[in-house]
Amino acid sequence: MCLAIPARISSISGDMATVELGGVEREVSLALVDAAVGDYVIVHVGIAISKLDEDEAARTLALFAELNNPPDETSS
Amino acid sequence: MKFIDEYRDSEVIRSLLSQISEEAVREEGYRLMEFCGGHTHAFYRYGLLPLLPERVTMVHGPGCPVCVLPISRIDAAVTLAAREDVIFCSYGDMLRVPGSDGKSLLKAKAEGADVRMIYSPLDALKLADQNPGSQVVFFAVGFETTAPATALALKQAFARKIPNFTVFCNHVLTPPAMRAILEHGDGEPGEGSVVDGIVGPGHVSAIIGCDAYRFVAEENRIPLVISGFEPVDLLESILMLLHQINEGAAEIENQYVRVVKDEGNLQAIRLMDEVFELRGSFEWRGFGMLPDSAQKISSKYAPFDAELKFQVQFSEAHDHRACQCADVLRGLIQPEQCTVFAKVCTPENPLGACMVSSEGACAAAYSYGGIS
Amino acid sequence: MSRKLDIEHGFVDLSFGAGGIASAQLTRDIFSPEFSNPILDRMEDGAVIDMPDGRLVVSTDSHVISPIFFPGGDIGSLAIHGSVNDVAMMGAKPLHMSVGFIIEEGVPFSTLKRIAISMGAAAREAGVSIVAADTKVVKKGEADQLYITSTCFGLVSEDIHVGADRAREGDRVIVSGFIGDHGAAVMASREELSLTSNLKSDSQSVSDLVAAMLASGTDIHVMRDPTRGGLATSLNEIATTSAVGIEIDEAAIPVREGVRAVSELLGLDPLYFACEGRLLVICPAEGAEALLACMRQHAKGEDAAIIGEVTGRPDIPLILRSTFGGSRIVSMLTGDQMPRIC
Repeated sequence: MCLAIPARISSISGDMATVELGGVEREVSLALVDAAVGDYVIVHVGIAISKLDEDEAARTLALFAELNNPPDETSS
Repeated sequence: MKFIDEYRDSEVIRSLLSQISEEAVREEGYRLMEFCGGHTHAFYRYGLLPLLPERVTMVHGPGCPVCVLPISRIDAAVTLAAREDVIFCSYGDMLRVPGSDGKSLLKAKAEGADVRMIYSPLDALKLADQNPGSQVVFFAVGFETTAPATALALKQAFARKIPNFTVFCNHVLTPPAMRAILEHGDGEPGEGSVVDGIVGPGHVSAIIGCDAYRFVAEENRIPLVISGFEPVDLLESILMLLHQINEGAAEIENQYVRVVKDEGNLQAIRLMDEVFELRGSFEWRGFGMLPDSAQKISSKYAPFDAELKFQVQFSEAHDHRACQCADVLRGLIQPEQCTVFAKVCTPENPLGACMVSSEGACAAAYSYGGIS
Repeated sequence: MSRKLDIEHGFVDLSFGAGGIASAQLTRDIFSPEFSNPILDRMEDGAVIDMPDGRLVVSTDSHVISPIFFPGGDIGSLAIHGSVNDVAMMGAKPLHMSVGFIIEEGVPFSTLKRIAISMGAAAREAGVSIVAADTKVVKKGEADQLYITSTCFGLVSEDIHVGADRAREGDRVIVSGFIGDHGAAVMASREELSLTSNLKSDSQSVSDLVAAMLASGTDIHVMRDPTRGGLATSLNEIATTSAVGIEIDEAAIPVREGVRAVSELLGLDPLYFACEGRLLVICPAEGAEALLACMRQHAKGEDAAIIGEVTGRPDIPLILRSTFGGSRIVSMLTGDQMPRIC
């Protein structure tokens, strides 16, 4: 387990959301996650199990970028 | 695709691989277990194993809910499916798993059983609405990632008093399986663990949180890093484990911070507590009976319990004599070390679940292979 | 002369399969008008065809796809394209076709008409005549609406020799466009998965693309249309038949975003999705760039790409190289890909 994919919420109706990934859409249940249109949720067997924390994601990705391109440490 | 492609970036992957090489200094090497079948699948699919330094060995864990389901429960599923009045709904993963005499749900379907593949338990509920004259039975399988969806379907069935929907519940729990792996080691009690560190299941943790693994660090003194599923996630997690092992540390760390919160998903946990109860014990392929390791439907939701409604009987079914799934699941042997691997036991003719489940270690090893 | 069929409201019943007047009506009112050509219109028992000199190439296929209408095509156009392409893969020019229909009792005439129209259009676009056709009706439940068997006849000139056993070490592997469109579109349209997408099957005849490639004069060793089982299956088969190994670059394989998305959502692999309007070609390295340029100039090859090469490692038929240096085996598929949750 467990195949779960980040997909963007494109609309919400009550407890259900339409999520979109690469132009493909599906209805998923938002009963277990608080999220808004535009958020990314992790989708597994037709329900959202978690909301993707975009700040945390950005922070990790920035760290990786830094590792590959260390800031210039020589003072001019 | 956003939040997927970035974690497959080749520059980052190469950088992580080189850091792992630098960090893997211990003479005796590092035996790491990836617990989750989804992680096993990812390691093979991205061809990561041959890229790891020789000193780092990945041992495949039992986190494959299809693989650990004993034959007796598969047989019960096939029997339920064969009933005239039943529409039997199952995830795709379970359809080809062989029960006794190689009988699978797919074979039962060929013989006339109404077996339907579904993507979500909520779809099974829809089928119940659309087929009032039939009994819809949902084959619930999975660890804590998947159980909340089953719970949601049951809650909706209860609220709407749906008369023709039941669940055949086989949900199992991660911490007890982890305990079993760590306690038994190489089969000798107290002999010490079979692994130096654990790559922890990412989506299970999104539900149950990080604290559930505290015992691994505190009692077994083994580090555990909760990992995402992309190559960057897995490699970063391995690096974090190597750091800890080299420093003699044993902590629970979370690499999958973008998805996993310390406390997990409280709404999901609350829902599962309401709908499910702990089974006193449950049989696991490879481990025998494990206490407090699986969920059954609570008494409040009893009318939706297929085991009760259909008086399901469980036979004394045994694994195929030559099958060594049990040893693979406990991390004692690699798939290639099983005597029937790729000879008699292949995806076309699987003897056990490890070869037929998409995330079984044997299926992954066979399909994606070992290329040095 | 019997009354014309009520195509708008009527449906097939068992009398239509029994031969005799009712059977002739199906052919006369539904299929023949759409397939019309001088040979078929003679309505003989057998089609008499003047054959030019050359080697005859024949291919036959049975089509049982469900649903019979899917985004981008239907079982009828699929049947035409499939058999035309199989003949074209041998370097032959497809000329004539014969089709057989097994129809389930209760199928509306309007459905059959829709399929007939689609087949007629596909045949005309591919430049083939449907010279023989037969219909049979079976009881309800004995067929899933409609099954079609199609056979295509073509001619290949003496100097063309392509075959699955002709791949050689050093050859390049080229694919004519985006892979997996058909398989992904059909999967995404399965009702029980409840997905919404714009994915469309790539079902089309590629015999005109093949003609352009042959006219370029480049040496071609193998051609194959990667249908059932996708790119992975076709390349495995070719490698095994030629006793070679093939290595392909994941980054070089053209896959549409939507196909990737369906694959990620369902835990499937685009390499195994069927293509019904694409071709694989294996050619010597020195001609590869020229052949690629020729393909890209054709509307049906504009997204063509070189995706890999043939190696001297026959022990592993097909290897995929990832973007970061990892490699894995790509094995033959067991049965159909099944969506998974784990």
